[in-house]
Amino acid sequence: MAVTKKPKITLERRDVMTTILRERGDALLVTGLGSSTYDAYATGDHHLNFYLWGAMGGAAMIGLGLALAQPKRRVLVITGDGEMLMGLGSLATIAVEKPKNLAIIVLDNQHYGETGMQQAHTGRGVDLAGIAKAAGFAATGTLYTAQQLKTWLPKIHKAAGPLFASIKVTTNPVPMVLPLRDGTAIKHRFREALLGAKAFE
Amino acid sequence: MKTDQQSSSTIWPDQIFRVLKDTGIRQVAYVPDAGHSKLINLCRADKSMRAVSLTTEEEGIAMLAGAWLGGERGVLLMQSSGVGNCINMLGMIQECRLPLLTLVTMRGQWGEFNPWQSPMGQGTPAALENAGVIVQPVDHADEIGETVAAAARLAFSSYRPVAVLISQRVIGFKNWSK
Ligand SMILES: Cc1ncc(C[n+]2csc(CCOP(=O)(O)OP(=O)(O)O)c2C)c(N)n1
Ligand SMILES: [Mg+2]
Repeated sequence: MAVTKKPKITLERRDVMTTILRERGDALLVTGLGSSTYDAYATGDHHLNFYLWGAMGGAAMIGLGLALAQPKRRVLVITGDGEMLMGLGSLATIAVEKPKNLAIIVLDNQHYGETGMQQAHTGRGVDLAGIAKAAGFAATGTLYTAQQLKTWLPKIHKAAGPLFASIKVTTNPVPMVLPLRDGTAIKHRFREALLGAKAFE
Repeated sequence: MKTDQQSSSTIWPDQIFRVLKDTGIRQVAYVPDAGHSKLINLCRADKSMRAVSLTTEEEGIAMLAGAWLGGERGVLLMQSSGVGNCINMLGMIQECRLPLLTLVTMRGQWGEFNPWQSPMGQGTPAALENAGVIVQPVDHADEIGETVAAAARLAFSSYRPVAVLISQRVIGFKNWSK
């Protein structure tokens, strides 16, 4: 069997985040702890962003609960590869529940960036999109180029889910920006933006 | 030793189900337990509820956080052996002051036969309390309905995480001879 060479990784995580969120519309966003949370904030703060600063491994399942509660809204989960690896079982659970409005996007830098750039399994042969596909996700892909991202954008925002995309990004450093940290405030802000006065019943 | 199972019959799962309906529970997350099997079936059969089978209990904590963010109420059903799996996610529940209702069927407790159930079963109340969860044990079948109703009110009206621990005494012994 011919050894297929992996394409070179050139996409920058902040550009990917901006490209995706520019077309978010009224989508609800959950971001994985660390870099993904900072990237979303760097792109522009939004009340419908639920920024995680902890709960590692939980982003996808928070997305599922939200997607089931809000079936008419698109729910985006954008997280890191390390965060996703900690909740692999949730890919099986989500595949079984088949939420049409849920898209899970991994900014896959193949490392644990937040903790000092240690190597992660995704750079050593583990194919997250392959796992999601085998679990039964409706649409899956691994993206390496701006062109691929462009063709995937409508799918990310509109295709019947559950959708899973692993977007390979560089480990190049990005400027430090820090969003709201107080979890209770992040929750209230999100719920008020989504539910209005009902948020405080 | 006599269990409550014979005396108070096995209507308590129906009573819990009624309370969950009255509370407006829409999402039911669970890892199966024999003690919860009737309740799980009732929830699965109900059109207003979405019963979600998990691969590990901590998925349920995260899912119910999402449910609340989206304006829905949920419940997590698990066996005491799964409580330790939840600790990481319970940090978020506390930090974000999210309500949580979980119904835990106890093992490693009243007349347990499997020694491997003891460590987590005996550690369950302290583990939950250390993670900021209010623990409400219930030892008798006829108190389960009202305890779950009170716990649900505490959870969703006071925005607190609450665990009802259903004693192994209520569930009855697992029959190892068949
Ligand atoms: C349960 C738990 N274990 C470990 C950590 C420490 N931790 C914080 S971020 C992180 C790595 C995240 O890596 P990844 O999701 O790939 O993010 P990125 O590379 O984009 O920074 C780790 C291990 C934690 N916060 N929680
Ligand atoms: Mg990473």
